[in-house]
Amino acid sequence: MKLTGAEILVRSLIDQGVTDVFGYPGGQIINVYDALYKYKDEINHILTAHEQGAAHAADGYSRATGKVGVCIATSGPGATNLVTGIATAMLDSIPMVAITGNVPCALIGKDSFQEIDITGITLPITKHNYFVNKIEDLADVIREAFAIAKSGRPGPVLVDIPKDVQMGTYEYEPKGEVSPKMPLPKGKNEDLLEAVRLVNEAKRPYIYIGGGAAGLGLGREIVNFADKIGAVIGCTFMGLSAIPDGCDRFLGMQGMHGHYASSMSQNEADLIIGVGVRFSDRATGNVGKFAKNTKIIQIDVDFAEINKNVSVDCGIVGDVEHAFRFIAKETEAKTNPEWFSRAMVLKADEIRFERKIEAASGNKFTPKKVIETINDNKPPKTVIVTDVGQHQMWTAQYAKFDTTRRFVSSGGLGTMGFGLGAAIGARVATGDATVLITGDGSFGMNLNELATAVSHNIPLVIVIMNNGVLGMVRQWQTLFFGRRYSNTVLTERKTDFVKLAEAFGADGYRVFTKAEFEDAFNAAIKSGRVAVIDTIIDKDEFVLPMLPPGGSIDDIITNIDTQGGADE
Amino acid sequence: MNKFVIAVYVENKFGVLTRVTSMFTRRGFNIDALTVGETEQPEYSRITISLSGDGYAREQLINQLRKLYNVKKVDVLEEDCIKRELMLIKVKYDSDTRADILGAADVYRGKVIDYTTNEMCIEVTGDPSKIDAFVKLMIPFGVIEMCRTGIVALERGNTTLFDN
Repeated sequence: MKLTGAEILVRSLIDQGVTDVFGYPGGQIINVYDALYKYKDEINHILTAHEQGAAHAADGYSRATGKVGVCIATSGPGATNLVTGIATAMLDSIPMVAITGNVPCALIGKDSFQEIDITGITLPITKHNYFVNKIEDLADVIREAFAIAKSGRPGPVLVDIPKDVQMGTYEYEPKGEVSPKMPLPKGKNEDLLEAVRLVNEAKRPYIYIGGGAAGLGLGREIVNFADKIGAVIGCTFMGLSAIPDGCDRFLGMQGMHGHYASSMSQNEADLIIGVGVRFSDRATGNVGKFAKNTKIIQIDVDFAEINKNVSVDCGIVGDVEHAFRFIAKETEAKTNPEWFSRAMVLKADEIRFERKIEAASGNKFTPKKVIETINDNKPPKTVIVTDVGQHQMWTAQYAKFDTTRRFVSSGGLGTMGFGLGAAIGARVATGDATVLITGDGSFGMNLNELATAVSHNIPLVIVIMNNGVLGMVRQWQTLFFGRRYSNTVLTERKTDFVKLAEAFGADGYRVFTKAEFEDAFNAAIKSGRVAVIDTIIDKDEFVLPMLPPGGSIDDIITNIDTQGGADE
Repeated sequence: MNKFVIAVYVENKFGVLTRVTSMFTRRGFNIDALTVGETEQPEYSRITISLSGDGYAREQLINQLRKLYNVKKVDVLEEDCIKRELMLIKVKYDSDTRADILGAADVYRGKVIDYTTNEMCIEVTGDPSKIDAFVKLMIPFGVIEMCRTGIVALERGNTTLFDN
């Protein structure tokens, strides 16, 4: 059948299984919006308040399900507003397809109104991108874009479509998914056998789960493997929610703000079995001192990650699931009781450090208590979304997840303002209860998306950990900049988040105590509406432990004397 | 630090060279020279990159190239591969130096391709070290302008990039 370019685009999206898209119309994408109108029974478009919100929503949609998230924007500023969202997806390997309009081909290169070279701009932050200047290429490009976004190491793909291509007509032949042009290789046999040998030799193995494994649903198998070989388990920030709660071999996240026992045992291990990890600087600290006397196995779908940040003893390139299962099956069972008891000693130390901090804070309503209250009251399968900063690290440390893909947070890029859009996307994708934990700084960046949640009846519980400061930067200023709190104090803003919520047509709560918070949280969940809980916490709460940037495990900070803190 | 030559087959499409070169900048690779041109297969172009670096840099460069979607094949060429570079060089002359310059060009199998009353333009082709040597020889006479293509390289024998 003959269709317009805009219709070919929308039909191709539908044929790729897309049911929801996020976006914002404009002059050079108006034909696509007309086609979305035509096919509105088959594809749901969610109008956001800003294109950045659309990009984060597509990202959150993908993180919560593994499906490809889709966002749409017009040319020029519409396209550039997607950039932060695309970069966020790139750094965390999230499959996404971003569609932008552009000026007609005849006007390209003339600095026309709202013309921008978005394929040039997004070159370093997409897995691949396309400028489609011929309508006959359009349908295949869309199919290819989805295949690329999903295959191998996932990532965002941008497709820029000039207006004349949207307006032209061409024959459309429906086709479903196309097979990825980059099929997933299986790990080489010799590498797999070498890994089995290393695991068999290890007396202090540490299984290290990253973002490349988090979405695979291997949680139970990883725990069984740890039991089989007497290992402990840790994870990266991106690996959170991979391991089901209640496993005593799981020590939690390691790294800059990781759990003490997890970081310490990683350092004391004689073998790290990295599954979908890239050894980022936030995870390793000073790479020169990282796991110096430890053998490392690295399993990754991306060959370019092997030996990139740390040099490994055995690199396995390819299908992570296959490689993990092979190793788990072929290795000999052993118990390593001494290693496990050593980990438990470290765990006891960690609990002692935490108790000490808790004792010092007395009855104060601490961030830890906020997260614990959420853990105790959240419905099953709740998706927890965060922004970036202290609240994010507290969530990473204390939040409990009952299943995989329930933690949605910007890891690699660390995008403040990510949360609200992502929460909208996650809720739309899953239909499960969604809680956004944010800070007053991060929330201030993209709070306009409240309008999106309200207008589309997307229930969200938004917990703002409001300390009136940019807490993470303040923490660094306290530790490394002589308490000179340059531009991190927000109290002068006088934003009333309760009134703000109400102004957007959402519900607002303000709480100062655990009891108040618990009541507000349950009421918010029950209401099925968009609710903002302005949760007042102390400005001098710290994220601990902390490995100072560029430091090693020897520099770990487990307590900070906050007495005598400077007054602003 | 070693010098090595990498050959890359890329799809012959708009913007592919930008994808390759912008990746070098982004990842902090410092390359010595880059050439690009048609191949025996019209749908592919061949990029030849010369680079100095250690094993880590070489490995990273190859891995990152292979990740680019339009890149079809990447290979480090053997050290004994055939390397050629072309140079055009404009040199001043007068009656005292004319014979010396022409003699040098002759020894280096250069060709005079432009000749005016006080300058001549010489074309020299060969291994980059030969070109370097010829430049060095010309400097005392007064080099007005020069231009080098960067190297193109093929492996010896009947093997191709696609055999490896």
